[in-house]
Amino acid sequence: MSSIDTVGFAPQARLAQREANLLPLRVRGLELSCDGTPILRGLDLDLAPHGCTAIMGPNGAGKSLLLKILHGLIAPTSGRIEWGNQSPAQVTKRQALVFQKPVLLRRSVAANIDFVLKARGKPRQSRDALLDHVGLLHKARHPARRLSGGEAQRLALARALATEPEVLLLDEATASLDPASAQAIEAIVRDACASGIRVICVTHDIGQAKRLADDVVFLHGGCVAEHSPACDFFPEPQSSAARDYLNGRLVF
Amino acid sequence: MGEAFSLALQLVTSGNADLYEIVGLSLRVSLSATMFACLIGLPVGAWVAISRFRGRGAVLVLMNALMGLPPVVVGLLVYLHLSRSGPLGFLGLLYTPSAMIIAQTILIAPIVAALSRQVLEDLHTEYAEQFRSLCLSRVQTITALLWDARYSLLTVGLAGFGRAVAEVGAVMIVGGNIDHLTRVMTTAIALETSKGDLALALALGLVLLVIALGVNAAVQSLRMSARRQAYV
Ligand SMILES: Nc1ncnc2c1ncn2[C@@H]1O[C@H](COP(=O)(O)OP(=O)(O)O)[C@@H](O)[C@H]1O
Ligand SMILES: [Mg+2]
Repeated sequence: MSSIDTVGFAPQARLAQREANLLPLRVRGLELSCDGTPILRGLDLDLAPHGCTAIMGPNGAGKSLLLKILHGLIAPTSGRIEWGNQSPAQVTKRQALVFQKPVLLRRSVAANIDFVLKARGKPRQSRDALLDHVGLLHKARHPARRLSGGEAQRLALARALATEPEVLLLDEATASLDPASAQAIEAIVRDACASGIRVICVTHDIGQAKRLADDVVFLHGGCVAEHSPACDFFPEPQSSAARDYLNGRLVF
Repeated sequence: MGEAFSLALQLVTSGNADLYEIVGLSLRVSLSATMFACLIGLPVGAWVAISRFRGRGAVLVLMNALMGLPPVVVGLLVYLHLSRSGPLGFLGLLYTPSAMIIAQTILIAPIVAALSRQVLEDLHTEYAEQFRSLCLSRVQTITALLWDARYSLLTVGLAGFGRAVAEVGAVMIVGGNIDHLTRVMTTAIALETSKGDLALALALGLVLLVIALGVNAAVQSLRMSARRQAYV
C-alpha cells in the first residue's frame, strides 16, 4: 500500500514517497494511431524526478493525447511507459490532469471541492484553504458554472490539488485566458512545483514556458524532436522544427 | 352542459367530500407509483447509461419499447398474478390501492428508466474523462450523475407521474373502481360519464387538469431558477 493516502500532511514525507515511486518517467517506443492514422510514432522520453516540464509543439502534434496516455486515460497502440517502479493501474490516482476546458460539476464552487475530497477520503477541512490558495474563497457559494474562464480554471486547479497529486498534468490551462488570469494560474502552478509536485504542462505560450519550465519537450511528427533545458531551448533551439515553431513559421 | 359545468365548479369549490376522497386516493396511488418507479428506473437508467456491454443496443430497444406498454395489458398481467388463482393470489392484493400502485409502477418504471438513461448518458459524455481522471468508482459516478442531473430528472419523474395519474386501463382492471376503496379520478370520470352524471365527471376532469398544469408549472419554474445558476 504505497498510495499517498497513507502519508500525512508533512510535505517532506510526501516528497520522499514521491521520489521512491512515480518518477523518473521513462517512455520508450510510444505509438498511437487514431482510426488508422498514426499520431505518435515511436516516441521516447525521459523526465527527471523534479521540476516543471513544458511540452510544446504545433496544433495537432498529439500533445493532448500524449498527456492522456501518460495519465492512463488512453491506452497507446504500442510502447512502454514506466512511471518509476509503479504499476500503471496506480498511476492515474496519484496524478491530476487539468483539461484545457475545465469540466465543473453543476454545484457550488465549494461543493466541487468537497466532491473530490469525499471521493478520495480526504478531510473536508482542507477545502477552505484550497479555495483561499486559488483566490476563490469569497466565491465558495457561487454556482461553479457561472465562474469566468480564469476562475473556472483556478477551481479546476484547486480540485486537482485537492487530490494531493504527485504529478500535475496541465493541458493548455491558460490557452483562452487573459494575461492577468494566466499569471494567476502560473503562480499557483509555480507554488505546486515548489512544494514538490512534478509539473508537466502543455503550452503554446512561449513567455509562460520561459517563466515556468525547467526543460522543454518539443513534439513534431509524432516524435520528440527536441528535449533540452529551457535556458538552451529558447535562445538556440537545436532542431529546425523547433526553430521554425518559435519563429512562427511551423505549421502542422 | 352549461348547467353541468356550473355544478362541477360548485362541487370543486364547496369541498365535496366524495370528490376529494377520490382525488386524494388518485394522488396517493400515482405518487407512490412514481416514487417506486424512480427507485427502480433511475438506477437502471444510470447503470445502462454508463455501461458498455454486448447486447446494449437490444436493451435500449427493449427499454424504449416498454415505454409504450398499453395500460390494459399491464393491468391484465398484474390481474393474472394477483387473482386468487394466480401465483401471488395469497397476498390478497387484488382490488386494493396496493394493486393499483403495482400496476402503475410497472407502467411507468420503463419510462423513468429510458428517459433518465438518455439524460444521464448525455451528462456522462461531458463528465466521463474528468471522472476517469479522478478514478471514481461506478457507484460514485452514478451518484454524481444522478445529483448533477437532478433538475432534468425531475422532469423525467413528472413525465412518469403524468402518465400514471392520467391512466385508466390498468387501475380499472386491478382496482375495480370500488367506491370509497379503489375509485380514482380517471375511473370515476369513466363511470360517471357512462352513468350520465356529467357534473362529477367534469369536476374531476377539472381537478385532474389543474393538477397536471400545476405540477408542470412548479417543475418548470424550478428548472428556470436552476438554469439561472447553470445547474441544468
Ligand atoms: N479521439 C480521436 N480520434 C481520432 N483522432 C483524434 C482523436 N483525438 C485527437 N485526434 C487527432 O490526433 C491529433 C492530435 O491531437 P491532439 O493531441 O489533441 O493535438 P494537440 O497537440 O493540438 O493537443 C489531431 O490530428 C487530432 O485530430
Ligand atoms: Mg491539445
